Formats: sequence, C-alpha cells, structure tokens
Amino acid sequence: MLSYAIRRILLTIPTLIAVAVLVFFVLRVVPGDIVEIKLTAEGGMVSEEEIMSEKERLGLNDPIMVQFYKYMIGLPQGDLGISLWTENNVSSEIAARIGLSFELAVLSTVLAVLIAFPLGTLSALFRGSILDYVIRLLTIGGIAVPSFWLGMLIIMMLLATVGKLPPLGTVGLLEDPLTNLYQLIWPALSVGYRYSSVTARMLRSSILEVLSEDYIRTARAKGVFERIVIVKHGMRNALLPTVTVIGLEFAFLLGGLVVTESVFNLNGIGKLFVDSVVRNDLNLLQGLVLTVATGFVLINLIVDLLYAALDPRIRYQK
Amino acid sequence: MSNIDDKNVLLDVKNLNVEFKLKNGTVRAVDNISFQVGKGEFLAIVGESGCGKSVTALSLMRLLPRIADISADHIKFDGVDISKVTESEMRKLRGRRISMIFQEPMTSLNPVLTIGDQLTEPLLTHLEMSEKEANARTIELLGMVGIPEPEKRLTQYPHQFSGGMRQRVMIAIGLACEPDLIIADEPTTALDVTIQAQILELLKDISSRLGVAVIMITHNLGVVAAYADRVNVMYAARIVEQGDANQIFEKPSHPYTIGLLRSVPRMDKPRGGRLATIDGLPPNLMSPPVGCRFKPRCPLAGDACDNVPVLETQHGKEDHLAACFFTDKASKDGSTIYLAETSTHSSAEINKENPLLVVDGLEQYFSVSFRSGWLSNTSGTVKAVDGVSFEVYPGQTVGLVGESGCGKTSVGRAILHLNKATGGKMQFNDVDLNSNSVALVRQDMQVIFQDPFSSLNPRMTIGEILEEPLKVHNIVLDPQEREEKISDLLLKVGLYPYMRERYPHELSGGQRQRVGIARALSMEPKLIICDEPVSALDVSVQAQIINLLEDLQRELGIAYLFIAHDLAVVKHISHKVIVMYLGKIMEFGEGDDLYSNPRHPYTRALMDAAPIPDPQIERNRVKIVLKGELPSPLNPPKGCVFSSRCNFVTDACRAEMPQLQECGNEHQAACIKLDELENA
Repeated sequence: MLSYAIRRILLTIPTLIAVAVLVFFVLRVVPGDIVEIKLTAEGGMVSEEEIMSEKERLGLNDPIMVQFYKYMIGLPQGDLGISLWTENNVSSEIAARIGLSFELAVLSTVLAVLIAFPLGTLSALFRGSILDYVIRLLTIGGIAVPSFWLGMLIIMMLLATVGKLPPLGTVGLLEDPLTNLYQLIWPALSVGYRYSSVTARMLRSSILEVLSEDYIRTARAKGVFERIVIVKHGMRNALLPTVTVIGLEFAFLLGGLVVTESVFNLNGIGKLFVDSVVRNDLNLLQGLVLTVATGFVLINLIVDLLYAALDPRIRYQK
Repeated sequence: MSNIDDKNVLLDVKNLNVEFKLKNGTVRAVDNISFQVGKGEFLAIVGESGCGKSVTALSLMRLLPRIADISADHIKFDGVDISKVTESEMRKLRGRRISMIFQEPMTSLNPVLTIGDQLTEPLLTHLEMSEKEANARTIELLGMVGIPEPEKRLTQYPHQFSGGMRQRVMIAIGLACEPDLIIADEPTTALDVTIQAQILELLKDISSRLGVAVIMITHNLGVVAAYADRVNVMYAARIVEQGDANQIFEKPSHPYTIGLLRSVPRMDKPRGGRLATIDGLPPNLMSPPVGCRFKPRCPLAGDACDNVPVLETQHGKEDHLAACFFTDKASKDGSTIYLAETSTHSSAEINKENPLLVVDGLEQYFSVSFRSGWLSNTSGTVKAVDGVSFEVYPGQTVGLVGESGCGKTSVGRAILHLNKATGGKMQFNDVDLNSNSVALVRQDMQVIFQDPFSSLNPRMTIGEILEEPLKVHNIVLDPQEREEKISDLLLKVGLYPYMRERYPHELSGGQRQRVGIARALSMEPKLIICDEPVSALDVSVQAQIINLLEDLQRELGIAYLFIAHDLAVVKHISHKVIVMYLGKIMEFGEGDDLYSNPRHPYTRALMDAAPIPDPQIERNRVKIVLKGELPSPLNPPKGCVFSSRCNFVTDACRAEMPQLQECGNEHQAACIKLDELENA
C-alpha cells in the first residue's frame, strides 16, 4: 500500500510539469493583445509607440522561449508572474480568491455525495418501484439541466419565497459560519446537482451489478443478515466504479463553478477566470488554468489512493 | 417411495415446483419432483444444462431471484417443513445446518474481503463466537481442507489464491458451522482434472468423517460413479430415474439414462466405433412436449408416451425408480437401442510415408514483465511451448492433452501462426512454414475453436459467415454456385440449408459448433486444428459432434490435431496421443497402447484422476493422486518439470530434464525411471 501510494504521488510531478508546458504554449496561440485592450479601455487613440513601449515594459516583446524560460524558472518558487492588467502578483490575486472557490467546491462535493448515496442505494434496492422511477427522473434531470440555469431558478425561488437574496459581500467561514453557509449553499446546490445525479446513477447501476455477483450469493448462502450482505459485501464493491466517477466529474464541477460564481456574483476564482479571459490577461489566465489543473490532478490522486484502499487487488499489484 | 428409514431421513422433498414468470411466458424449471436424502448420504443430481438441477439446489436454500415462484407439498429438513418457515428462520439455517458450495471458485469469494473475514462470518453470525475463537476455528478449518500455512493465509485476499485453493476455502466456509447437509453445485467443473480429484476426495473424506450429507449437482457421470450413494437423473425439469447408484449404473432403465451413459466416451474401453447419440436437443421449457418430455428424442417412444409417466419401481428393487412406459424393453435392449449404425473408425491404414505436418523443436516463449518493487520491473520468460516435436500424417488424428497451462493451445496457435513461434521448424505439405509462406497453406489448414458462442460474428448470418472464406480465397466465384456450396456444407455438418438465414444466437451451442466445422470444411482443408471443440457442450451433443468429426475424416481423409483436456474424448477420437506438461511432451504413443500402458508418472496420474462412469470399476481403482498444483510457469522446477509433483521423484530427476526415450512401438516417454516404474 505504502509503495503504491508513493509511486502514485511521484507520478503527479511529471503530470503537472506537462500541464504547465501545455498551458503556456496553448495560451500563446490565442489571438488578441492585452496592451491594446488595456490602453484603449479609457477611450481615445493610442499611438503605435505607446503600445510598443508598454509591451516592452511588460516583457511581452521577449522571444517566446525567453518568456517560457522565465515562467518555468518561476514555477517551483511559486512565482506565477504578474497580472498584466492589475500588475499585482498572479499568485496573490489567486490566493485572495481561492478560499471561497475551494469552500464552494468542497461544499458541492459533500452535498453531492450526501444526496447521491441514499438516492443511488434506494433506487437500486427498490429497482422497478415508483421510488426508483422518481429517483431516476430526478437524476436524469440533473444531467440535463445546466448549472447556471438552475442557479437562476434558485435565485428566483429565493426572491419569491424569502423575498431577498443572501447578503452580498462574502462573509468568512470563521467569522460567521451560518451566514457563510447560507450564502454558499445555493451555488453549491446548483453545481452539485449534476454531480450528485451522475454519482447516484453510477452507484445505482454498480450496486445492481454487484448484487448479482456470485459472491453475494455466497454471502447469502452463509446465512449472513441481508443488511450486512448489502453493506459489507455489496457496497464496498459498488463503490469502486462510483469513486472513479466522482473523480472524473470533479472536472465538470470546476467548469460549473466558473459560470455559477458569475450567476451568484461571488468573487472566487471562477469570476477571476471570466475576467482574465475578457481582458486577455495571459499571465493570470495561465496561473488560473494551472491552479485548476493542479486541483484536478490532486482529486484524482485522492481517488486513486481511495481505490487502492478499497480494492486489495490494486494494493497488492506487483 | 424410497427405502431410507424414516428416522434416517435428513431431507424429504415432496412435489417441488419452481416457476419463473418471464415477460413472454412462464417457465417451469422444476416440475413436481420428490426425493429424499439420508443422514450422511451422498446424493448426486445429474443431468444436462438447463434440466433444472441447479434451480433445485438453489430453491432448497431459497437463494433464487425474486421472480422465481417456489411451491412444494413439503420440504422437510430434519422433520421441519422449511418450505413454510419465515425468511428469518431460513437465514438461520443457511450456512448453519445447510451450506452450499458453488461452481465458480474464481467469482464466488468477495474480492475485497480477506479470506479470514469471509471464513469467520458464519461463525460470528450463527455460533456467536468471539473474534478470537472464530479465528482459531478458521485456522483449524483451513488446515482441514489442506491449505498450507493457514495462519498466514487468513489475512490474504481471494486473488492471491489459485482456483483449486479458492474451492478449498469455499469448502471450509461450508463446513464452518458443522452443517448436516452440504449442497455442492458443480464444484469442480471449472477445475483441472487432477485438482478435481483432490477436491472431490477431500469432500468425500470430510463428509464421511463428519457424517455430513452431500447433494452433488453435476453433469459428469464419472464423478457420480465414483462418489454417489444415490442418484437422481433429471431431464427437462423432471426426475426420470432415481435410486441406488450401483443399481442405476448396472441396470439403467430409462432410455435417457441409457443414452447418457452410452454417449460418454470411455477411457477404460478400447477405441471402438461411433458413440451412441441421443438425437435432437432438450426441449424448450417455455413450451415442453405433452406427456413424456423425452419422447421426441426417444428411440422407444410410442403412443403411450403422450401421457406423463410416473416414477415406478424397477427390477423389483425398492430403491430404483424410473419414469417410462417402456422400461422393460429399455433395460433388456439397453445396449442396442441407440446403435443406429456400427461403422467404425476409418480402418484404412494411415500412410506414414509423407507427413502432412512436421513440427520440430517448436518453441513459444513469452516474455513477461511485472512490477516487483518501488519503481523496478522484473521480467521473466514463460516457456509456453518448449521443444515440442511431432508429426501428423494425412487422415490421422493426433490428440494433444494436458491440464490448463500446459501449452497445448499455444502449440495450435503457433502452427496457425496466430502467434509467431520463437523457435523450431514447422513444415506443412513439404512447405517450410514461416510468416510469408503461411498464406500459401492457409486454405489447407483450418481451425475450430472452443467457444461456439463467441467465435461466430453475432452480426452476420450463418450464410454470410460461410460465404466469406469462399469469397476471400476465390474458391467459388459464381454467386449461384456459392449458394449451392453453402447448402452442401450445411447438409454435410447435419444442419439444414434454410438455416443460412439465421443469426448465431438463434442456434444452440451444438449447432453453432457445427457451423464452425462447416466454416473450416468450406476450404476443403487437409488439416483441421480443433482447439477444445466439444468442451463447452453437453454430453449428448458432444457425442454428436465427435461422431460428425469422425465421419468427415472417414469421408474426406482430413487430418486433425485435436487439442483437449478430456482424456476420454481424446482417447476416443485420436490415433496418436501426446501428453504435455508445462510446455514439454511427457509421453506420446498410439492411443490404445498409451491408455492401457501409460509409462510416465504424469500420464498415469492424469488417467487416475479422471473418473470412469462405472461404480464397480471406479471404486476398485488404485489411484496415484497428484499432490499440489501446477507450478508457476515463470519459475518451473529444476530438472524434470514434473519433479515438484511426482510421487517417484529422486535427486537425479532434479538434475536435468529427461529426454523422450523409446518404451514400446512408437511409444516414447520422458522419464529417467521408466524401467524401474514398469516393474513397480
């Protein structure tokens, strides 16, 4: 187990390096020029010389390999360069906002799992019943409904029932946990719905598959209580494919955050993402992509470790 | 109805019915059957696939899916009618007083729980032992079923056990609470014959020592003959014959039992003529025939058979019942009712001047690498085939026999160039076979695969499957002629030309295998490599296919390389037999000579392990039982590859692999102790 874990952790390093390289070059292919956008933002004509000197100042005139060299050297030191727009450190720009997004991601995941497990299990155990059909209808809805639209529906629902929206301006988790939760639960629900739907459906089908396995029959033939048959013999095996889906769907969650933060007007990295794209702020954008990609890699690392903990065949793989 | 003393009856089943309600109708999988099992008795339920034997077993345990509807006058277990008890009472019986062993040891254990965990479960549930007591008992149980170092094994997982070892664990689970009855559903069907012998001996030994009754579900008549006290023969959801095992094997009275017994090739009889076959296929239980269900296939059927026959006493013995109106005729003329024609094997002398296929020193090595440490890989070589040489002459059948992993299939694949051999030479019809020249002889060298279910493309009709090779090889160019050719081929293999429109899933297993044979025949080959062609088929269908192969050989002079694990089948069909073990030839010789006078200890052990369907012979055999299991091919024993399991091993055997040496007319064996063993 330990050697598997260490091997798996070491493997994330080359993955992250590859991501960094890819991000750098792919973004340089995108057309558009921040300097022009920035300088013309206030209106009026800008001369060619002004643009050139501004580019020179920001280091955009260096040959691409030199820019790449500076970027790669900076990375291990946590230096992601400066935002071309605000001229603040990219890392501090991200750091200021990542807490909120992280909290939202965790909350959505927890919410998704909390919803998915009972739904998926009930649906499998009462296969073919009304309950099963209702759950399947709900979960197919979760896959079909885009999260921003659900977000808008939630906002309208809040206006119609409570009559007001959660207060603007985020309150820190530690300052006032209840308000914080009240603010974040709605966006979390709107991105978590899809997540929980996919997970519940996967759990349903893998429980059904597992319950028809020979070893379940063996467990029943031993006279084990039906509850134990399902929880101990069934669930653990059914979790394997479900955990994989949780890892993969995390990417959708991150995508959903970008839009949902805009809908709920939350100042997280999702919103920063949108801003940096609009402004063509290459440095900030690559910092953000790198951050999100790292998050995704880490989640899948956790999934793989969980997988090994659940399945001895992987743990002992020689 | 039977002769077990009332006080000795453990299980008494009266008029058991099991129905499955499906979308398109109701299937009665078990139809009104009654039987008893005495305390400590060994009952076999025998029949072909789909006859309801497994459903019977599962219905006793109430382990069938919800769509099954079980009803019975009573199912009395030790005096209590368990057909009426609640589910919670039933659960208390399962694993405690009745336990079950299943067919597939590879999938019957939970892959994510340790062996110890799975073994202690019934102890903790039923006997309320403490964790510590349960562990001690588990170690004792594992020792009892012959698992070495049980303490270490407790914390291991199923994937760290071989198939035979897993089945031992299953037996240990079954025995854990000292039940009164063990139901074993085809417990050895998935295992090699030497392992099968070990497992069955263990089961028999333990059941007689502890006085546990056993219901053994099987299709293997040899296993029945070797172990059963009493037998139920099932056909199409009903019991057709029931009673004392010796009696039934000696004087079978139902035409189905007679047919079943006569369609099995026998290892102990000299190579004779055609096998008796039961024509046709078992009925579809969705719409079974009226009256006797065996009527459409029965050679004795008459008008009376439109009524349902009941089980009646036979030969004045109370413990022998059969359900047939013509049992007198059947038991009197038993030996003749299935003999349609008595044509024998091709008697034409095989011309041994020009071999068709010469295999010389064939080597098939596979290099494998696997992770052995943190970041390190270890690589090794598996010598799947190591220096195998033999010849096949025109019109001859050469049998290649051995347990799984012995390399017999690799030999076939290397000859066909499906895998590229890593060494040795092959010649076909005087052409040196290599990757370039193999295309030239492809037509002359065809193959029939084991699995008739997956080796035909499900999206092509039978006609298209047969037409394809004719087109590809430009054998018949005219579409009209091709149609005729396909009709001819179908008739030749015993199918009807109208079947060309069908898809593979519309045919039975035997019919699909016939399509496989027709496809091979369409090339008018000189040699067909048959890789386990009958092992997926039921006994009566197996006999039909074997007869077909023999008829085709006689008619067309085709040579076969017949690869199989069933010694009796190989003996029946082959002129010459090669026995392989771990990639090497252990012994080869003319079939009759080899089987009556096996010289190599492995050949002997292999034959001893395969049970013969005759209780008289079977129970008097002196057997060499092989210890242990096939060693890892990555790390074969030093010297003679068989030395790790041989009962006669000495230090000299471990020094080097012995060469094949003559020990009779065209009979060779690779053992240094041939002379010594002959006198022993």
